[in-house]
Amino acid sequence: MSELILSAKGLVKTYRQRSGKYGFGSTTIHALDDVAVSVRRGSTLAVVGESGSGKSTLARCLLQLQPLDAGEVYFEGSNLAGLSGSELRAARRHLQMVFQDPFASLNPRMKIGEIVGEGLLIHHMGNAAERRDRVVRMLERVGLSQADMQKYPHEFSGGQRQRIGIARALVLEPRLVVCDEPVSALDVSIQAQILLLLKELQQEMGLSYLFISHDLRVVRHMADEIAVMHRGRVVEQGDVAQIYADPQQEYTRKLLNSIPGQHRLAH
Amino acid sequence: MNDLLRIEGLTIAPAADPQRLLVNDVSFALSPGRTTCIVGESGSGKSLSALAIMGLLPSALKRQSGHVIFQGNDLTTFSSTQMQDIRGKRIGMIFQEPMTSLNPVLNVGFQIGESLAVHLGLGGKALKSKVAALLEQVGIPPERASSYPDELSGGQRQRVMIAMSIACEPAMLIADEPTTALDVTVQAQILSLLAELKQRMNMGMLFITHDFGVVADIADDVVVMFRGQVVESGPVNDVLGSPQHPYTQALLACVPDAAGLKPLKPIDYAWLNEAAL
Repeated sequence: MSELILSAKGLVKTYRQRSGKYGFGSTTIHALDDVAVSVRRGSTLAVVGESGSGKSTLARCLLQLQPLDAGEVYFEGSNLAGLSGSELRAARRHLQMVFQDPFASLNPRMKIGEIVGEGLLIHHMGNAAERRDRVVRMLERVGLSQADMQKYPHEFSGGQRQRIGIARALVLEPRLVVCDEPVSALDVSIQAQILLLLKELQQEMGLSYLFISHDLRVVRHMADEIAVMHRGRVVEQGDVAQIYADPQQEYTRKLLNSIPGQHRLAH
Repeated sequence: MNDLLRIEGLTIAPAADPQRLLVNDVSFALSPGRTTCIVGESGSGKSLSALAIMGLLPSALKRQSGHVIFQGNDLTTFSSTQMQDIRGKRIGMIFQEPMTSLNPVLNVGFQIGESLAVHLGLGGKALKSKVAALLEQVGIPPERASSYPDELSGGQRQRVMIAMSIACEPAMLIADEPTTALDVTVQAQILSLLAELKQRMNMGMLFITHDFGVVADIADDVVVMFRGQVVESGPVNDVLGSPQHPYTQALLACVPDAAGLKPLKPIDYAWLNEAAL
């Protein structure tokens, strides 16, 4: 058993939502209701669930992009929830994120070289020449070129933009990468390219992934372990092959049964 | 063969750039009571082909040639008044986004009843009971007729869209990515509802999707489109079971399988260009 790079427990996050007639009432939404997850070093934990299950909230709360109501998030031994602002910023070098929408997550006014190099600048990594060198190597690794540094995001296709998003996250040589639906906006042929790229990079760089997805077919290919979320709770967690072969919970069974392509419908 | 719909040599290009063929010499047919899936990636021309059938191409695009033969009539020769009698009455439509295709300020009962009033002249009690029956058919309690779209979930909204599209008992249904925006469990419900309605009403269904899993579940026949052209078509078991065209083979190799047994293989476009096109 390899050691845990991230372990979180007792995570609670609630939102107040207006409700009732004319919105005068209010209800509490339990986005995370006593959630515990852990990621092994060098492996992939996929968090699966339907919309509103809390999987994206979980990702954001683990990275402290949103404050938790309660709970502890241990990353390499230190509790992220207890860190000060500057300590957290330092820790973030090792905790990066790849976002779903390659159109919304890149600043349209920045050149690709600036976007990918910004993290190096913020974390004071190397001098100008070294930073440039790292950016070029990273871009080439994800299938882009040095010439692309001078271009703007709108000059790229969706798949290329997702490569840029991956380069931006990985240029810092992080240890844990949270991928929030990284391929759900892409065509299936592009999706396959990006998934393979993520797997190769995981091998080369020894990355651990927390992979958020609603697509159970993609998850089966990417994950070592999965956590199934439903209404703010993790209903089942464990080895991916085992859960797909023999789901223990009713909800997991329902989810796996809904994967298209398994049953012929009425004719 | 008793075709409900036959597309012959459909070619579409921007009016300003007639050389750039977005849909290039597309032909296929659809029989009553069967489902034809058009499958392809974004930009393959699958949605444009469907819009052209309905005479709903954006004004910047032009149908350069081709015919749309529906129940023996060439719809491309129809006037816009004649097309109004086809759309919604003899050909129903469902779109991808159940959020944006419903009017937020009208209750869903009114919206379902609208086409019944326009096309069949129903009104009063007859209209009300027909709307209730339609809601029941798509699995929504009839009392929800007075609900507004924002009070319904995504799946319920898509059920309302389906009720609207089948209200006049059309001979054919065009569904353009009707489950793409939905959760997987809701998708499964909507797909089996569509399959059941198609069978019960003996409709021909033209189903546009990018998802081969959905194709395997719902299609009788498959049309694979790539860069505006039909590269392969035929019965679903043939196309998915032993694809003949290199693009179909390559596209199927990109689709992750639920068992996780098959390695993913991205499309090698350089090879494909040489091999096939």
